[in-house]
Amino acid sequence: MPAKDVKVAKEAHAYTPGLKIKRSLRVRKLRRLPIRGEVLVKVGEEVDFETPIARAMIPGDPQVLNAVAKLGIERGSLEEYMKVKVGDKVTEGQDLAGFTAMFGFWKNWLKSPVDGTVETISPVSGQIIVREDPVPVVVRSFIRGRIVEIMEDEGAYVETDAAYIQGIFGVGGEAHGEIHIISEDTTEKITEAHISEEHRGKILVGGSLVTRDALHAAVKAGVAGIVTGGIIDVDLEDLLGYEIGVAITGQEEVGFTLMITEGFGEMAMNSRTLNLLKEFEGEEAAINGATQIRAGVLRPEIIIPHKRAVVVEAEDELSSGMKPGTKIRIIREPYFGALGEVVSLPIELQEVESESSVRVIEIELESGERVIVPRANVEIIET
Amino acid sequence: MTQRKPTEEMEYILATDVGSTTTKARFFKKMENGEWRFVVAGETPTTVEAPYEDVTMGVKNAVREVEELTGHKILAEDGEGIITPYNGVSGVDLYCTTSSAGGGLQMMVTGVIKRMTGESAERSALGAGAIVMEIFATNDKRPIHKKIQQIRNLRPDMILMAGGTDGGTISHVVNMAELIKSADPKPRLGSMFQLPIVYAGNKDATENIKSILGEEFALSCIENIRPVLEVENTEPARRAIHELFMEHVMSHAPGYGKLMKWTDVDIMPTPVGEGMAIQLIADRYNRNVIGVGLGGATTNIYSIFDKRFVRSVSANLGMSYSICNVLKETGLENIMRWLPFDIDSSAVRNRLRNKMIRPTTIPQTLQELVIEHAVAREALRLGLVHHRSIATTLKGVRGDVAFLRGITTQAIQESYIDMMKIDIVAGTGGLLSHAPRRVQSLMILNDAFLTEGVTMMFQDSVFMMPHLGVLSTVYRDAAWNVFDKDCLVRLGTIVAPNGEPDPSEVALDITLEMPDGDTVKESLKGGELKKIILPERQVAQATIQPGKALDIGAGPGQELVTSIEGGVVGVVLDTRGRPLVLPEDSETRKATLLKWIGALDMYPEKIFEEEA
Repeated sequence: MPAKDVKVAKEAHAYTPGLKIKRSLRVRKLRRLPIRGEVLVKVGEEVDFETPIARAMIPGDPQVLNAVAKLGIERGSLEEYMKVKVGDKVTEGQDLAGFTAMFGFWKNWLKSPVDGTVETISPVSGQIIVREDPVPVVVRSFIRGRIVEIMEDEGAYVETDAAYIQGIFGVGGEAHGEIHIISEDTTEKITEAHISEEHRGKILVGGSLVTRDALHAAVKAGVAGIVTGGIIDVDLEDLLGYEIGVAITGQEEVGFTLMITEGFGEMAMNSRTLNLLKEFEGEEAAINGATQIRAGVLRPEIIIPHKRAVVVEAEDELSSGMKPGTKIRIIREPYFGALGEVVSLPIELQEVESESSVRVIEIELESGERVIVPRANVEIIET
Repeated sequence: MTQRKPTEEMEYILATDVGSTTTKARFFKKMENGEWRFVVAGETPTTVEAPYEDVTMGVKNAVREVEELTGHKILAEDGEGIITPYNGVSGVDLYCTTSSAGGGLQMMVTGVIKRMTGESAERSALGAGAIVMEIFATNDKRPIHKKIQQIRNLRPDMILMAGGTDGGTISHVVNMAELIKSADPKPRLGSMFQLPIVYAGNKDATENIKSILGEEFALSCIENIRPVLEVENTEPARRAIHELFMEHVMSHAPGYGKLMKWTDVDIMPTPVGEGMAIQLIADRYNRNVIGVGLGGATTNIYSIFDKRFVRSVSANLGMSYSICNVLKETGLENIMRWLPFDIDSSAVRNRLRNKMIRPTTIPQTLQELVIEHAVAREALRLGLVHHRSIATTLKGVRGDVAFLRGITTQAIQESYIDMMKIDIVAGTGGLLSHAPRRVQSLMILNDAFLTEGVTMMFQDSVFMMPHLGVLSTVYRDAAWNVFDKDCLVRLGTIVAPNGEPDPSEVALDITLEMPDGDTVKESLKGGELKKIILPERQVAQATIQPGKALDIGAGPGQELVTSIEGGVVGVVLDTRGRPLVLPEDSETRKATLLKWIGALDMYPEKIFEEEA
């Protein structure tokens, strides 16, 4: 056991950084190539959601051919049978190595399976490697805005004044579409009946849950995105076709982008998020479901470029932490999802039902009820 | 690094662990009686990520907390370093740190035969404190283009290449080198730098490897890990990995260049420190030990069995970030089987998902606590399964191996880890340290590992095993002082016969000669748990008679006379059987769990009223 005079300093910041729900924010996005290439825009240029920003040629996949096994020759003698050399361009079906014997009756030729370039001829391993032709990759703007800075050969920063809303979890990558409120009732389930062909290309918003049928209907209707309060774990698995083990998402190809604002289960979307999105109904927005919880937390986001208000730079509310009056959301049972205001932050550790002694926070819920919860179980609502 | 004082002259020591989420400072002092003790802890968020991208900021914040609590100045005037040595007023005589920030050291390993040189490479990388992202081998079933795609996508910190005994296959090793060159993997940190590769395969292929990889990678060629099939020589690889880790990986991580100048000893990966602490227990008690670090993202298991040290890391078995991977790996039924109350399975799934997306939250209700403890049992159980797959005798060394095209085929062999011969189990990590009742962590470890015979159970008090591990490399006595007095909580001893006891027959008779002269006798039928109070650092003489066909360590039905050490929980008698089989019928299972919970006073009374 620790010595009697052991003191433990205050615990690490014990709250999840709040999700941003901002009406007006200057958003700056780096659009960067995975490898060096060509930047296609200039500083000051106006760009739209799909404008190409930079382009590069990704080296093609290597095709490794076990030449000696195919030709039935000794490894060391491979070079004697080669008809091409390192650096040569080859086309699909072209002879790479081989021989014709027995007055032309016995032919044994290794042909290139792809168009590409001969990269390696190895007499040690007996392999020939043909590198496929490079594949072009283009990085697009993702948001409507203006180019403010160029990263030479790599990409550019795009900036825009926008409404900015983060969710807690998402799947699917970058997309854009018109915002359409599908339900103004934050407790309503979004079902198949809510979704039709007229929603093609739109971002549908509202409700406490998107049902399994609705997810499939959204794919069929070709919606661009869905923003809702919650999702049932097994319905997500059904949509993806596999179970998520670790929350690193964004690469899924499910047909649309999904952003959950509250969590797993049926959870009323918080009214701040809904009201803000309602204000921008009919406007074009960018959405990205990419989520990464570990290392450099990344949350799903919606960005709605607009020029209706003076931009207020985001103040770092987290640096000042919580104080009486701070708006918070409870993020764990038994009050999961409840919104409220900080009443007090007792210094002493308190024992909760589980018998853990933890730092707590006193909260007045929207219903007027006052409750005590561990500080680790609330998040600040950034407005 | 400054000139260090001789250890006997040291008075204050500071150690930190830069974790992936929290930086933890621990301050140690030599007391007037010459004994080293833990004084205070300071904890602040790690600052490896944007917008800070400098780990020394988190270190400074944690140290500043230590300063505030002690009034002892440690940080240099300009805030850019630690004052060393102690000058009579301020500073410390030694500063050391471990680190796992940014996901720790992530490696890819290669071999020719996956179950032979591939596993040797894996064991070496794990022993050096790495997370093994993937093993590639000449004989694995993936098509070549898939392997290339995977190698390309991995972005490891380092690659370890093994394969071929000296004088054995060259072409297969060269083949793998060509694959790596073709895939052209980029390092995770500092993409403009060369990716370090350690080559520890057939020495006859070294020149070929140099010509293929020498120009484009930071290549280091060392002694063969498997010079002959019968020998596994992991030490040179471990040393090379450590050097490259400091030179190429650490120096590119945000702020580490600075931190490396502050420390008096090399920065050590957290798991290496943790492993050294477990080794310290094994050395002091001269026993076989299993240690476990149950973290938010990973489960590290260490075994010292007949003096052989093996570490495994299950990269995606953890209690917060990876909690849903435990769900995925074990299945919901295996988690639900530990719950003594009715709850909808969908609710459990959603709750675990919510923990995954908000990993820093903690259980407020009893029900939530019990659910997390259920997951912990499964994470540890799976972690041990993984560990056993690594803690094996060398494959391919028996006489029946077949040779084909110059490489050997595998011989499947079982792990040498025998729970009956494990004398001590030690646990560390947030969930175990924060369990409201110590008996909870004891039973989590017991249910997961299914200890057999007589097993001492230890636990880290406030997470300082890694700190003491790195400290033990320079000042072993000070590390052990603190370890023994302030870090190691003796939970107690478990007495559990191996076999399938009959609930209607006596499974265990035990007589304990207590230190105060009293004699305690207990007789248990099959399927029971019972606790006997025996405080920490007290020893009782035990005579244990297991039931027929049951084994307590002396053979089936044989009596065992031994000494048993107490702990904060005491002595736990466990006749539930090995393997432990829970009743299939849901109502019977819940009643059984509640009976066991009641017997050990494991949870508050409210547990008997829980209904979802």
